Amino acid sequence: MSASVTASVYSSHVPALGAAIDLGKATGPYWDPVMAGYEPSKAWFDANTPDVVFLVYNDHANAFSLDFIPTFAIGTAPEFPIADEGWGPRPVPRVVGHPELAYHIVQEVIPEGFDLTIVNRLPVDHGLTVPLTLMFGQPEAWPCAVVPLAVNVVQYPIPTGERCLALGKAIGRAIRSFPGDLKVQVWGTGGMSHQLQGPRAGLINQPWDNAFLDRLISDPEGLSHMSYVEYLREAGSEGVELVMWLIARGAMPDLAGGDTPTVHHRFYHVPVSNSALGHLILEA
Amino acid sequence: MAVDKPYLDIPGTTVFDADQSRIGYWLNQFCMSLMEPDNRARFLADERAYLDEWDMTEDQKLAVLDRDLNRMLSLGGNIYFLAKIGATDGKSFRTMAASMTGMSEEEYAAMMEAGGRSPDGNRYQSEWDVSS
Repeated sequence: MSASVTASVYSSHVPALGAAIDLGKATGPYWDPVMAGYEPSKAWFDANTPDVVFLVYNDHANAFSLDFIPTFAIGTAPEFPIADEGWGPRPVPRVVGHPELAYHIVQEVIPEGFDLTIVNRLPVDHGLTVPLTLMFGQPEAWPCAVVPLAVNVVQYPIPTGERCLALGKAIGRAIRSFPGDLKVQVWGTGGMSHQLQGPRAGLINQPWDNAFLDRLISDPEGLSHMSYVEYLREAGSEGVELVMWLIARGAMPDLAGGDTPTVHHRFYHVPVSNSALGHLILEA
Repeated sequence: MAVDKPYLDIPGTTVFDADQSRIGYWLNQFCMSLMEPDNRARFLADERAYLDEWDMTEDQKLAVLDRDLNRMLSLGGNIYFLAKIGATDGKSFRTMAASMTGMSEEEYAAMMEAGGRSPDGNRYQSEWDVSS
């Protein structure tokens, strides 16, 4: 009996959305259409609760300053504190890790050439916690363990699309070789198009975002060859976060000879705060 | 060999590359210090004195005192770090974003409500040069 990747889930991690939910203000004409986009997901998660989520996200200068900038950092601790991003930690349950699975992945992928940084002290910020809230609501405790993978998309050079997809494939293989009957989902977060800085702030590119979703589903190999310059130019300086979605896509079994995934849910909405929001559930 | 920077023709955008990170190191580390409540209080009590504790350039310190985000970006600041100044001031991120665009906050909010800034005419610096 070994573990399996049962689904990959993708979502933006807009901090304002987490704040609105935390404060009980995520209602009304602005938020209702956004929250409605996650209603089908909540029902699906009730029937498809994983044992572990392998959660790909980026830290926003909270766990990592300029002192240490790991390109790919895997959280191997039994627990991850909620980061104080300047307003106090989000009032969400503690994040419980899965050190056995995390170290199994480390031991499988580093010999393959993916030199992950091993992190035991990792305060997790909105990049990780907002997607948990969007999928699971506001429970007393999260319904599953989480293995975080923090990706550097802040300081250039950031990892390439090819590298992210290849790492995702290696992580998928590693999960499927884990001895234990675990249902694992791999989540990719961030995006979609947005730019938070400079005179071009506010950029949103709806046709590009939707084409990205199409290609992520049906042509991840081709999509992986897109250069970071195209992400910057078309999706904005913070839209480059989307490269992380390729890690989650790479872990799906169809890229290791398995069946084509099923699109269970697809949602896109503009605007959420300064960003375009995208959400996708692919079932293996 | 010089590092290729094929992103320099994207208008209104500062890419946080190695050169920016190098010149902005202490500016950004100053921003990180504002994650501590005690440091936020000390900074707000005497901004100049607090800034003088850091190995920042005079231009960087003046940009912080002026809350000139575009200037901070050009001097090596990264927006995720600079956002901690806005948090210390109790400003929303939208207020900060608007301040970088030359729009009022109301104009910026209206643009986002209407679907954001279109990529059309905003991909290449040459498109901005023509229209200015």
